[in-house]
Amino acid sequence: MSTFIAIVLAAVLTNNFITNKTYGICPFLGVSKKTSSALGMGVAVTVVMALATLVTYPIYTYVMVPLGFDFLEIIFFIFIIASLVQMLEMIIKKISPPLYNAMGVYLPLITTNCAVLGVTELVIGDMSAIIGTAAMNVGWAVLYAFFAGIGFTLVMIIMSGLREKLNYYKTPKALTGFPTAMVTACFICMAFMVFTI
Amino acid sequence: MNKYKRITLDGLIFQNPTLMLVLGTCPTLALIKSATSAAGMGLTVLVVLTLSNIIISALRKVIPNAVRIPCYIVVIATLVTFVRMVLEKFLPSLYDSLGGFLALIVVNCIILGRAEAFANKHTVLESAVDGIANGLGFTCALTLMGIICEFFGSGSLFGLKIMNFKIAMLATPAGAFLVYGLAIAVFTYVLDCFEKSKRVKANRIARENLLKEGA
Repeated sequence: MSTFIAIVLAAVLTNNFITNKTYGICPFLGVSKKTSSALGMGVAVTVVMALATLVTYPIYTYVMVPLGFDFLEIIFFIFIIASLVQMLEMIIKKISPPLYNAMGVYLPLITTNCAVLGVTELVIGDMSAIIGTAAMNVGWAVLYAFFAGIGFTLVMIIMSGLREKLNYYKTPKALTGFPTAMVTACFICMAFMVFTI
Repeated sequence: MNKYKRITLDGLIFQNPTLMLVLGTCPTLALIKSATSAAGMGLTVLVVLTLSNIIISALRKVIPNAVRIPCYIVVIATLVTFVRMVLEKFLPSLYDSLGGFLALIVVNCIILGRAEAFANKHTVLESAVDGIANGLGFTCALTLMGIICEFFGSGSLFGLKIMNFKIAMLATPAGAFLVYGLAIAVFTYVLDCFEKSKRVKANRIARENLLKEGA
């Protein structure tokens, strides 16, 4: 139980992917202009992160390490993620066209999202800082990936809310666009820093 | 020669991947807290980008158009695996400081972006020049921001202690966001001024020519 709580708190608050690890910044800056699209992107990333970890972690631990080709992990992982995203897109398009219309546009972007490749690389590395002495297994890995996605979505929504408000203010020409977004992100990071001190 | 000069200037300044196009933000924000790791990341990307541009441009007539993105990703992932092994063996300190971001070069948008936008339409030599120019643009931007963040954030430069005064916030992701945002603002402002002065000069010359013709 304590491992469960440690993983949830670490993934959502203390080791948040955006504010602490700076993974997945491209969608964070690119798709955070409106709350609805930020929510769609966040949900899509969460689903893909959990599914990708569910597939890559067992393959890495039970196939690649025993057979001794764990050095090829990058090539294998990016291929698994790319095919998974493609498959997910086809399945959603088939079974739920409204969901596809809401979420489909974000799916192809997710293949090149560092948060997804990042989480699959993180869980096969040293996780002792978060789960302590408990043994790492598929369950903890997927849990960590899922809640890391939730943390990502949380920060996306905060950011999009702030940016929607910022649209009403006039900023100097050189500061319009990315610089304003980054200064806003700076304040969100500072707010999240209270969890790490 | 003019063509190569334009490619170089585009990569370094006018289409600078970090400051103008804002690509490859994740490694930038994570590594500019130390100038050494920022420069190391820049040089690693420079190597991978140049090699991937050369290979993709050499294979551009062989790769079928419909499956080009997976092909690019295989080329890039292979190169990254190779570079990672080399760094682990010969530069273990850099390998440690880059951490997880070494593997994440695969999904760095600069590399895939240059492959898609440039290397699959141009010759091998042009693509190599483009790779080096963009890689240098990325390296310079990262190193500059790394110097600012490290100097004010930890009071040191490239790991050498300089002063005791420090603003610890600048060595965290929050400070990285702030410095990156302000760097983009300053860069666009300077470039705007430069282009404005160029336009004013061109207008003046045109007016003088008109006056001469009138006289």
